[in-house]
Amino acid sequence: MGYFSRFMVPHASPAIYASMVAIAVTMFLLVVGLTYFKKWIYLWSEWLTTVDHKRIGIMYLISALLMLFRGGVDALMMRAQLAVPENKLLASQHYNEVFSAHGVIMIMFMAMPYIIGFMNFVVPLQIGARDVAFPRLNAISFWLFFMGAMLFNLSFVIGGSPDAGWSSYFPLAGNEFSPSVGTNFYMISLQIAGIGTLMTGINFMTTILKMRAPGMTSMRMPMFTWSIFVTSVIIIFAFPVFTVALLMGALDRLAFTKFFTITDGGMDMLWANLFWVWGHPEVYILILPAFGLFSEIIPTFSKRNIYGYKSMVASMIIISLYSFMVWTHHFFTMGQQAYVNSIFSITTMVIAIPTGIKIFNWLFTMWRGRIRFTVPMLYSLAFIPLFTIGGVTGVMLAMSAADYQYHNTQFLVAHFHNVIIPGVVYAVLGASTYYWPKMFGFTLNERIGKMAFWVLNVGFCLAFFPMYITGLDGQVRRMYTYSADTGFGPWNFVSTIGSALMALSYVLIVYMIYYSIRHSPREGASSDPWDARTLEWATHSPVPEYNFAIIPEVNSREPFWDAKYKGLSIFKGEYNKIHMPNNTGAPFIMSCLFFVFGFSLVFSMWYVAGAALIGIFVCMAQRSFQIDHGHYIPLEGVKETEANYGGGSDK
Amino acid sequence: MKTTRSIFVCFILSAFLTGCDLVVLDPKGPQAETQADVIWLSIGIMSVIVLVVCAILVYVLVKYRDSKLPKDYEPPYIEGNHIVETIIVAVPVLIVIFFSVVTIITNNKVEATPEKYKGQDPLIVYASSSNWKWHFSYPEYNIETVNYLYLPTKRPLEFKLYSYGPITSFWIPQLGGQKYAMSDMVTTLHLAADDVAAMEGRNANFSGEGFAENTFYVETMKQVEFKKWVRDVKGRAAPITEKTFNKLLKPGHLGQLTYTGTHLGFSPPPMEHSGQPNDEHMSDSDAKGKHLDHPHSHE
Repeated sequence: MGYFSRFMVPHASPAIYASMVAIAVTMFLLVVGLTYFKKWIYLWSEWLTTVDHKRIGIMYLISALLMLFRGGVDALMMRAQLAVPENKLLASQHYNEVFSAHGVIMIMFMAMPYIIGFMNFVVPLQIGARDVAFPRLNAISFWLFFMGAMLFNLSFVIGGSPDAGWSSYFPLAGNEFSPSVGTNFYMISLQIAGIGTLMTGINFMTTILKMRAPGMTSMRMPMFTWSIFVTSVIIIFAFPVFTVALLMGALDRLAFTKFFTITDGGMDMLWANLFWVWGHPEVYILILPAFGLFSEIIPTFSKRNIYGYKSMVASMIIISLYSFMVWTHHFFTMGQQAYVNSIFSITTMVIAIPTGIKIFNWLFTMWRGRIRFTVPMLYSLAFIPLFTIGGVTGVMLAMSAADYQYHNTQFLVAHFHNVIIPGVVYAVLGASTYYWPKMFGFTLNERIGKMAFWVLNVGFCLAFFPMYITGLDGQVRRMYTYSADTGFGPWNFVSTIGSALMALSYVLIVYMIYYSIRHSPREGASSDPWDARTLEWATHSPVPEYNFAIIPEVNSREPFWDAKYKGLSIFKGEYNKIHMPNNTGAPFIMSCLFFVFGFSLVFSMWYVAGAALIGIFVCMAQRSFQIDHGHYIPLEGVKETEANYGGGSDK
Repeated sequence: MKTTRSIFVCFILSAFLTGCDLVVLDPKGPQAETQADVIWLSIGIMSVIVLVVCAILVYVLVKYRDSKLPKDYEPPYIEGNHIVETIIVAVPVLIVIFFSVVTIITNNKVEATPEKYKGQDPLIVYASSSNWKWHFSYPEYNIETVNYLYLPTKRPLEFKLYSYGPITSFWIPQLGGQKYAMSDMVTTLHLAADDVAAMEGRNANFSGEGFAENTFYVETMKQVEFKKWVRDVKGRAAPITEKTFNKLLKPGHLGQLTYTGTHLGFSPPPMEHSGQPNDEHMSDSDAKGKHLDHPHSHE
């Protein structure tokens, strides 16, 4: 029993037992379902071993939607606890675990995979490529992310969750103040997922640099592709810092090193610095692709080209540079001198300039356009004013003298939700509706989609605007309870109602997907339902395995629009056999070994960890000696597929 | 529509901000006042920006919506316009320059002894946190309190902050913004109180299970009253010993406690912020104890 007692959850509650049962039941149903419908082989050969960027993208998106549920339930638990003063729903320790999990899951396992999912699905199509530069590496990226996410979620039912916040500041996160294995889960699972993200960055930078269709010069690249290029560069520079910080943190916890301890010369400020040197660029890793998605949606539904293309590109590049020069604004209150704070105040405010340029460019894109209020466009339209409010409160926070009063309060919480939800979440929800037909060949139900949008929008405003007020009234974040005489009660109650509406919108979104799968017409669905402008819409929906039967030739910024309305042809030449990469099970198997490795590290089971590590190296060695030149889809195969789609793709 | 609604929300927000007595906007000292001024100034200018964006958005949405346009209207291809792009760069640049000047001035203000009370020696209070309490040492008067602060009005206050555990943040919103207390360096927070008042202070930085209740009581009083309180404490409170202090450090919550003497002698604070060893604290413990009995400046 002594050996197994380490797996016990230290602060078990009915909610945790219920989740244990729920997880067990889900697993059982999954196994039974797959067996009953004889889907094991399908699952293995079509999904687990795929290297197709579209399928990997879709798997990222499904994971993100599931994690949105998990992170959302955490949010609801927090809001329920704070709804009234001196609530006894959650104990302090449980609340701490819940908000720590909420932050990590929403940022790392919801927003990131949503963004990377669209990156995967859209970028190769937009640049007229047949896959990413390193399809197999892409599969490894996904499975590492997935295993990292699973490992993190496991902490809820085995061993105990991290309880030091998503920023996991030391020394609080060190062994002395967080003795349970929770923070081990944080260090190891984020490390595994982070390696995957770093490889994604390398993969997409290479893809965009090397795989563009002939004629697509850098200044003809679609805005989303540009945003992903810039994002990839940020990933490549920022994630290694996190990797090192997590390694040091894990060593402190597992090998009793003294990097961040309060004794023996450890330096807790070092963790905060390393964390935010990664952490601030990280928020731009999330928001720049979101900007890219809005820059695709707004021109399409305004029937106009994007306004100020060059300034849009320039502002993204400037943002990416500045994102590395502002990290200190996360701790103005750490005791730097006034001039240090002044410098970081100014660099932070400067970021508002390129961001403002982008906001105005979107407005001018709609100006003299022809605006259609579809679901993706509604999300983009709501994004503009709400994100502006989030942005200007960011400038307020950037003024460090005043930040001494905002820091650590609900004002800050309101600010970053006000940029991340209308910024990132609205973008991915809008883009989900926008790209759905390209993924699955039919459109999502518009009526339910609009309903979900309005409920979400109202819910968002109710949930987060009151926090600005309670923040200025001195309600600090991460406080599990407050007394009635603080006067926070009514505002918090409003917030809780807002969060319930946001939960309702999630239900509506899931219902919309279910309803559309059942009822949306498949016959006669267009491959270009939105009258769009960029290359991804030039091929069939759903996209065939090889993306484009003939590699397109690009002569302008909006090749597909010009092909439709100016008669320029983009597909020249004849069908030919197509070279494609082979599926492989190695990424999945290797990531499973990573999971075992991570799990055994969390619980200091060194022999198992060693064995798993050897397994990982065996996988790598196997790949090194493997000869795999991919395969060809024969000419007849291509012709047959194209004929099934009803003729050439817009030839 | 959503845009009109967000304008509406802005107005409601500002209405409530003026209507309520929000602690941050109800300053009781010069530093908090500076900060409240910056907050009001930025709320004002930022509201204008939000309104401009919303106005443009409403205008284009009303004018260029599909249903309102003639059937044969085809949107033009517009690359960009240098004049427009210069304006949308120049105006934000000017705003940022303005805010930069404001922020440099106010940073230097809040990071120094308040202008108003500059002539006097500051009262130095060592505020240290342990899970989940605050220990306040007054070396000038050789007394120490736990979880409450009595402070004289109209005299500069200099808090020396450090922690016996996780990073905490010392915050008395009505006197001024917060600063971290950490285990490996001492940070300095300059405050002052204008008037007699009672208020709440707290740790604002998450520090574990007892974080929510990690608060302390603050009372500002006339200097005469304050001196009287000090005399009173010296008359009735027990001396703090290393043994008592180590007991106090154990995780948990305590009520308000009062001692004569300070813990600074037997449990000295970490190095000063500059990274240079602080000579008082690095010398032998006797000299240190003696030195701390007197007001001194660290600059």
